[in-house]
Amino acid sequence: MKLKTLIASMAVGFAAAASAQGTGPVKIGFITDMSSVYADLDGPAGGEMVKWAAQDFGGKVLNRPIEVVTADHQNKADIASAKAREWIDKDGLSMLIGGTNSGTSLAMAKLAEEKKRPFFSIGAGSARLTNEACSPYTVHYAYDTVALAKVGAAALVKAGGKNWFFLTADYAFGHSLESDASTIVKANGGTVAGTVRHPLNASDFSSFLLQAQSSKAQVLALANAGGDFSNAMKSAKEFGILKTMKPIGLLVFITDVHSLGLSNAEGLQVADSWYWNQDDASRKFAKRFFDKYKRMPTSVQAADYSAASNYLKAVQTAGTTDADKVMSTLKSMQIDDFYNKGQIRADGRMIHDMYLYQVKSAKESTTPWDYYKMIAKVPGEQAFTSAADSKCALLKK
Amino acid sequence: MEIFGIPHQAFLGQLLLGLVNGAFYALLSLGLAVIFGLLGIVNFAHGALYMLGAFAAWIMLDKFGINYWMALLLAPLTVGALGVVIERLFLKHLYKIDPIYGLLLTFGLALIAEGIFREMYGVSGQNYDVPELLSGATNLGFMVLPNYRAWVVGVSLSVCLGTWYLIERTRLGAYLRAGTENAALVQAFGINVPLMVMLTYGAGAALAALAGVLAAPIIQVNPLMGSNLIIVVFAVVVIGGMGSIMGSILTGLGLGVIEGLTRVFYPEASSIVVFIIMVIVLMIRPAGLFGKEA
Repeated sequence: MKLKTLIASMAVGFAAAASAQGTGPVKIGFITDMSSVYADLDGPAGGEMVKWAAQDFGGKVLNRPIEVVTADHQNKADIASAKAREWIDKDGLSMLIGGTNSGTSLAMAKLAEEKKRPFFSIGAGSARLTNEACSPYTVHYAYDTVALAKVGAAALVKAGGKNWFFLTADYAFGHSLESDASTIVKANGGTVAGTVRHPLNASDFSSFLLQAQSSKAQVLALANAGGDFSNAMKSAKEFGILKTMKPIGLLVFITDVHSLGLSNAEGLQVADSWYWNQDDASRKFAKRFFDKYKRMPTSVQAADYSAASNYLKAVQTAGTTDADKVMSTLKSMQIDDFYNKGQIRADGRMIHDMYLYQVKSAKESTTPWDYYKMIAKVPGEQAFTSAADSKCALLKK
Repeated sequence: MEIFGIPHQAFLGQLLLGLVNGAFYALLSLGLAVIFGLLGIVNFAHGALYMLGAFAAWIMLDKFGINYWMALLLAPLTVGALGVVIERLFLKHLYKIDPIYGLLLTFGLALIAEGIFREMYGVSGQNYDVPELLSGATNLGFMVLPNYRAWVVGVSLSVCLGTWYLIERTRLGAYLRAGTENAALVQAFGINVPLMVMLTYGAGAALAALAGVLAAPIIQVNPLMGSNLIIVVFAVVVIGGMGSIMGSILTGLGLGVIEGLTRVFYPEASSIVVFIIMVIVLMIRPAGLFGKEA
């Protein structure tokens, strides 16, 4: 009886090992918020982008079929890591992609390090992923709060917006956006007139905005996201606050601008890593997306595609799905596609150009989804945390 | 002059904004109170009905070009009709059993409605512009108040007081109240009690939808807008006293003001201040401020 159990468990163990390294399918797991506040900017369409990347690669890598599995983490870190653990232990997952939400990404990064699997974090903002919490298996692909703050805040202060007021979502993400941006504002000779921290999913912003208005600051910085951001902008317009203050959204996606409408969002400055109308290759990708979803892709969805296809390239080049070999290939190769050009640094931070956009007025916008004009392009080395400022041990070798 | 360290004028402004939000709480908790008082149902679908009202207005404008003023009438009628259907199909089977079933059923209905709209319209929300006639703002001296917000307070207060009058001071209201005390006896006097109960739920649903239409130009019309609000509104009803009509109106307004002031003094606590008050009230007066002690 004991022997049987032993043999059986060994067989199971071998089977799992075989599917991880052998001839079974190469499995890519994608976990994001599929149904709640961030579902429009990533969500099921983000999962579809990973599938597109696999199809466009030919559906096979190293003569093994590519399989993509997706799950909803419901913005809960424990669900994200439990699902990822199940995929890795039971299904022999080769690589994991985390969509939106920093909390879930931090949890999955820890798990991926323990299990030695490449982990791409796309839509999470926290710069901790490649700083204090860095791991040899993490790639932070699209943006982080430091880059958003540096790109957005620096340009506005230099353009004369010296005095800032922060409207901050009262949780980890809002706090780090606010502190990263205030550092930049002060470093560039600006001042912070005040801050008000509102609860997540606040029901009404008028009271907070009245406080912002009475501060007499020139810049209204919105360190929040999604519905909180949209509702705050809408009330700011209603109360006439945008006549005296210049708004900047520290984390805004094109879906937010679309949902607000140009009449409410006009003039808003936004930092982002990609815009669908930036060049021919991007427009081609965007058209394909639009044909299926009747809306334009966000930078996060474009990055989902890019991350998955560059991982597959790395596997092809390395000739294996072995995590250490694939990671070292990823970090030595040049990334160059419609999404962005850049390189993955030793700490896992993908260093690429970032952009500052301004939302067009209804008059300037000539076609549907024609929302942004680029006002600055910031080279990756300036946008992200410099190697010298980072606390990640992987950079200190 | 300063009050608690903030300038007198800013204080007045915040007081007024609190009143605007309180008007929403009053309108929503009123519907809940009416439904609970007359049907004994804890209507967890109330937030979803509010969301449906806002979406109905948005769809009417976006797809059919029906303007705000028409939507103000048509959206509550549509959602009210849906309420009647819900009452006929589901709720009428639940009056004689434990209230927990009504709670679970309405909660389930709310989840279904939210799920359907999330699937159809996503979660980013839809923009509904303030109607032309009410756009612009009035300078009150101490603050600039958007005209639309003043309109919201006016409409909700009139509707709240009208409902209170209807239930507490008219013959129809007397039938309704008598029907909840002893349905069989009222039926014996030749009054169609099931019809009355059905219309009451419809009216409660219509009140929620009206609040939704009023909210549409202020916040993004979003499938999750109801679930964000409903828990606070339940706290309002509990504080005011379950089933008390005037209690829910006054408590709604009062808590709106208290919440508004918290947003100035300690913004981080603004989403929980209502619940802190609820705990205190339940300790001192378990039946709520205006409820009758059992």
